[in-house]
Amino acid sequence: MNNNVIVEREKGLVELERRIAELREASAAQPLDMSTEVRALEAKYQAILQELFGTLTPWEKVHMARHPARPTSLDYISRFDRFDELHGDRHYRDDPSIVGGFAFLRSRAVMVLGQQRGRDTRENLRRNFGMPAPEGYRKTSRLARLAARLKLPIVTFVDTKGADPGITSEEHAQSEAIATCLQTFATASVPIVATIIGEGGSGGALALAIADRVLMLEHSTYSVASPEGCAAILWSDASKAEEAAARLKLTADDLRRFGVVDEIIAEPLGGAHRNAEDVVGRTLDAIDRALTHLSALSEQRLLDDRYQKYRGLGEWRSEKLVTT
Amino acid sequence: MPAPEWLPGRRSKDPAPSNDAAMWSKCPKCGEVLYRRDLAANLFVCTRCEYHFRMGAYDRIAAIADGDFTEIGQDVLPGDPLGWTDKKSYPAKLKSDAERSGLSESVVCGFATIGGFPVALGVMDFHFRGGTMGRVTGERITLLLEEARRRKVPCVIFAASGGARMEEGMLALMQMAKTTAAVTRFMEDANFFLMVLTDPTTGGVSASFAFQADVIVAESKAMIGFAGRRVIEQTIRQRLPDQFQTAEFLLEKGAIDMVVDRRKLKEMLVRLLEYANHERRVTPSPSTPLGVNSVEGS
Repeated sequence: MNNNVIVEREKGLVELERRIAELREASAAQPLDMSTEVRALEAKYQAILQELFGTLTPWEKVHMARHPARPTSLDYISRFDRFDELHGDRHYRDDPSIVGGFAFLRSRAVMVLGQQRGRDTRENLRRNFGMPAPEGYRKTSRLARLAARLKLPIVTFVDTKGADPGITSEEHAQSEAIATCLQTFATASVPIVATIIGEGGSGGALALAIADRVLMLEHSTYSVASPEGCAAILWSDASKAEEAAARLKLTADDLRRFGVVDEIIAEPLGGAHRNAEDVVGRTLDAIDRALTHLSALSEQRLLDDRYQKYRGLGEWRSEKLVTT
Repeated sequence: MPAPEWLPGRRSKDPAPSNDAAMWSKCPKCGEVLYRRDLAANLFVCTRCEYHFRMGAYDRIAAIADGDFTEIGQDVLPGDPLGWTDKKSYPAKLKSDAERSGLSESVVCGFATIGGFPVALGVMDFHFRGGTMGRVTGERITLLLEEARRRKVPCVIFAASGGARMEEGMLALMQMAKTTAAVTRFMEDANFFLMVLTDPTTGGVSASFAFQADVIVAESKAMIGFAGRRVIEQTIRQRLPDQFQTAEFLLEKGAIDMVVDRRKLKEMLVRLLEYANHERRVTPSPSTPLGVNSVEGS
């Protein structure tokens, strides 16, 4: 991946942050009142933040979604009341790019599943940069079926560039693994809440995102293909990714308008990683509220509503028809 | 057999005798120059090397259905939800593909009989936007499955697709969810879903309804996979072997049920439909082997 434009932009801030911290320390240690200087510097800092991050283009959001410090699935799961990870697809291996297991969220027993990228190179290699192999999707299907049988609501976190595009994944029938995952989520007779926390790329993301309620963080992205992939497919030129990002309508606002996303979770100025604790907390609150609402519905109502929701997506009737 | 009323003007056109270039087709595999009419008579299979040309949807229907076909969903036509423009506007791309292929979208759906068995039949066509799945593709397939479920007839779908359509963004991706929901409801009612994978079947189509079928048949040498060859080669930075992602490769890996030569395909489909309809009709068709049932076989 090329340099992250958000990380680049943050570099200039580091010096300012250091100076504010120094000044604060000095102010506390000395009898001299320096609070005016501190306040001035902080005001300047906020102004710069606003200038740097106040409005983000789709391409900048793509980079925000990929920011190495952005909270990952395990950052959310670790804030659940309890988590017992379950492993393996029962056929071949355990895929660390998807984590899943039993958990308690706000004293409600659930099944939680999330795509997991690494924070550093070593973890990224182990977790395949968050790109699941067929084994990951088979583990997901297995745990979702188990959840349905035990009447446990399913909570998912979506954060992937896409499904792994490797030789072994093709040999192990990546298509079938994703297709079966989609079927499992379409028919699981328990409430499902999915949250797009980072990058939602293609069918590999959708495999964990067929849900009764889809939440999305303000600066996350969710698209039919990664901007690089789209540019390569349409124009055989991955360097036109920025142009693709602008055309794909992959921001939370766009997707809310299309009805793909139900609720947007606001992020602090500069992105979720600037106040992860707050973002994670509010996200879990939103998931909890959605589950409370969905748990009141009968199984049949839940399944009918889910069918109608996806049946209606991509409604064509209101369009001006293209005649040939 | 007289041409059925739905057919005139829909099949790939017989070229005018004066148009020499259009009367001949060159095999992309062996280079053999083939007389167009002979090629059509051989179901668009090269008479020299058996390369399977990509087939038009109506040619396919003519080759598979008994002669009857009632199309549904043809009033469902594509629009431009994202307002997409690159070198050309998306509506302009749709228009030129429609003129070139004689289709209004990448799939033709309807009801037909195959070997006397009533079926719901969906046929994708690579010549329209690379067979990509947009909103209308998903809508027509969903309508087909819903109507098949009501009529309680098996569903046969021919896939040919480059995946989800970029120009319709997330609304294209959501067709994976929509068709999945429809397939699942259809199959839950003990209906038979038969899939034929043709060259190529990839991405959002292979990873949704294509690999959800009860029985999956593939045409000889068809390229089938999730990620496209170019994407994989870019990722691993090496050239892939020619055999990789072919129908025969998938058979060996256990991903599909059988590989069948196009010229024996209808016979095979009839045989499979006999199992699904065994309570209605008892006389089995002849038992000569038609498919490649092991990698070493035939």
